[in-house]
Amino acid sequence: MVYILQRLLHGVFVLFGISVVVFGLTWLTGDPASVLLPLNTPPDQIAQFRHQLGLDQPVPIQYLDFLGRALHGDFGISFRQRTAALPLVAERLPVTLELMGAALLFALLVAVPLGILAAVFHRRTPDLLARFVALLGQSVAAPWLGVMLILLFAVTLRWLPSSGADKPQSIVLPAIVAGAYSAAGLTRLLRSSLLEVLANDYMRTARAKGLPGRLVVMRHGLKNAAIPVVTFLGLQITFLFGNAVIAEAMFAYPGMSRLAVEAISTRDMPVIQVFVLLAGVLVVLVNLFADLVYAWLDPRIRLA
Amino acid sequence: MDAVQHMDPAALFGFAIIMLFVLAALLAPLIEPRDPLAQDLASRLKPPGFTDPQSGTRLWLGTDGLGRDILSRLIEGARVSLLVGACGASLSAVLGTSIGLSAGYLGGWFDAAMMRIVDVWQAVPYTILAIAIAVILGPSLQNVILVLGISSWVNYARVVRSETLSQRHGEVVLAARVVGAGHLRIVLRHVLPQVAASIVVLSSLMVGSMILFEASLSFLGLGVQPPTPSWGNMVLDGVEPIRVAWWVSLFPGLAILLVVMAINILGDWLRDRLDPRHSML
Repeated sequence: MVYILQRLLHGVFVLFGISVVVFGLTWLTGDPASVLLPLNTPPDQIAQFRHQLGLDQPVPIQYLDFLGRALHGDFGISFRQRTAALPLVAERLPVTLELMGAALLFALLVAVPLGILAAVFHRRTPDLLARFVALLGQSVAAPWLGVMLILLFAVTLRWLPSSGADKPQSIVLPAIVAGAYSAAGLTRLLRSSLLEVLANDYMRTARAKGLPGRLVVMRHGLKNAAIPVVTFLGLQITFLFGNAVIAEAMFAYPGMSRLAVEAISTRDMPVIQVFVLLAGVLVVLVNLFADLVYAWLDPRIRLA
Repeated sequence: MDAVQHMDPAALFGFAIIMLFVLAALLAPLIEPRDPLAQDLASRLKPPGFTDPQSGTRLWLGTDGLGRDILSRLIEGARVSLLVGACGASLSAVLGTSIGLSAGYLGGWFDAAMMRIVDVWQAVPYTILAIAIAVILGPSLQNVILVLGISSWVNYARVVRSETLSQRHGEVVLAARVVGAGHLRIVLRHVLPQVAASIVVLSSLMVGSMILFEASLSFLGLGVQPPTPSWGNMVLDGVEPIRVAWWVSLFPGLAILLVVMAINILGDWLRDRLDPRHSML
């Protein structure tokens, strides 16, 4: 219980920190009056506009004001779309979540079999092969992987669409681009974690009492090897998110990252703010979840 | 050259690849077959092996959408990409090491505050942080390096801090304090050398991530700006004509793959040698 409370408190603190970062973003980008008002606006109107937005207040007051409005879900109006920024970004969130879920699934589908094969056939051909695949995944540039996938599966073979999200199979290529880096990291981690577990005494006991090798790996090995993997997944979410941004932009996938990338060119700060904040919230929640699963998997933490 | 003799074949391969690209980057103006910025609209999107009718030179990797020689741009891009990778990694190493050293050595509230900042920094996905910073600073070569450095210092800060913590009450520091050494001297002369191995290992892997990172930023239009070629923006150049000219994207992406792979191989090898606890078994 103390552990869970501690993690919760930590999560709240990180969220608070993210709100400072998000506020700092607007503050550093300079005066919104120069973006929003026409160039020939008379000075007294600029002053009035700044007063309306509270820009003539001291910075700490501006921050508290921002925090107060943020807690009510008010992040201002998108400069470009002229609607409230929060619902605009939030309504794209499910699409992004779906893409990240698919990317994670891809990463697990690649990493779990490869990791097990590599550990069981330590230093033999399957191990070398798995390590090479992992090395490739960690060294490939996400945008280039995307272009090559389009070239192969959309242009040459015509199996999968190269943009949009209107068909169920549209998610495949973006998910691979978003998940490739994590798949490689997971493979390496699962391999070394499983190798470590397999060398333990209780594994020898399980084998000695006559359990078949496959069962030993599956029942005793995997559960214990999963512990570092869960923590790793919590950290990996930031990479997954980062590459999902590339995937959405490349495949014109209608998630919230694509909206944010479009907002870059128009310097639509409210949209970028909401995007950074939602991304931060998501990372905090996933890490909290990973901490809980971690406690469930490892009784030493749960009972401590 | 003693280290080179003790390398395993994989590490030697990685080392050779890196040296090859570094050499190409250093000698770029001498070995580029053509001016990497020279446009030739008459020979746009020509395939690899195309012979230029005017000069009779063979363009081994073809031309891009503006008729520029891809091989020459690849060599010029090696300068930019390796520079961005090395400078970005150095900047984050300096930032992260100073923060990690001071947090670990001073401890107390300063340590607590710094580690909370690290937590927050880690909760914002790196691309998103970089987007935010790049939007504020505006894109240019220096700003790309700045963005990479600012987004990645936490990796160093965490590692250096935890190693400094374990050194803080060690015999070396104690002995130095007994003879009256000042704090700055203790940190720089006695703690830093002991955490240096970790910094070297982390940096070797970091240069690779930085090159990948630059490619992602370039793809979003926030990286090194045209007409200066970087491998990242060369990949982007090939996105539009991908249906008719696969070679425009293929070669710069392969260059990234090869170099980052070589860096990762060498980094893993270094880690196994310098820090047996984290070996890949």
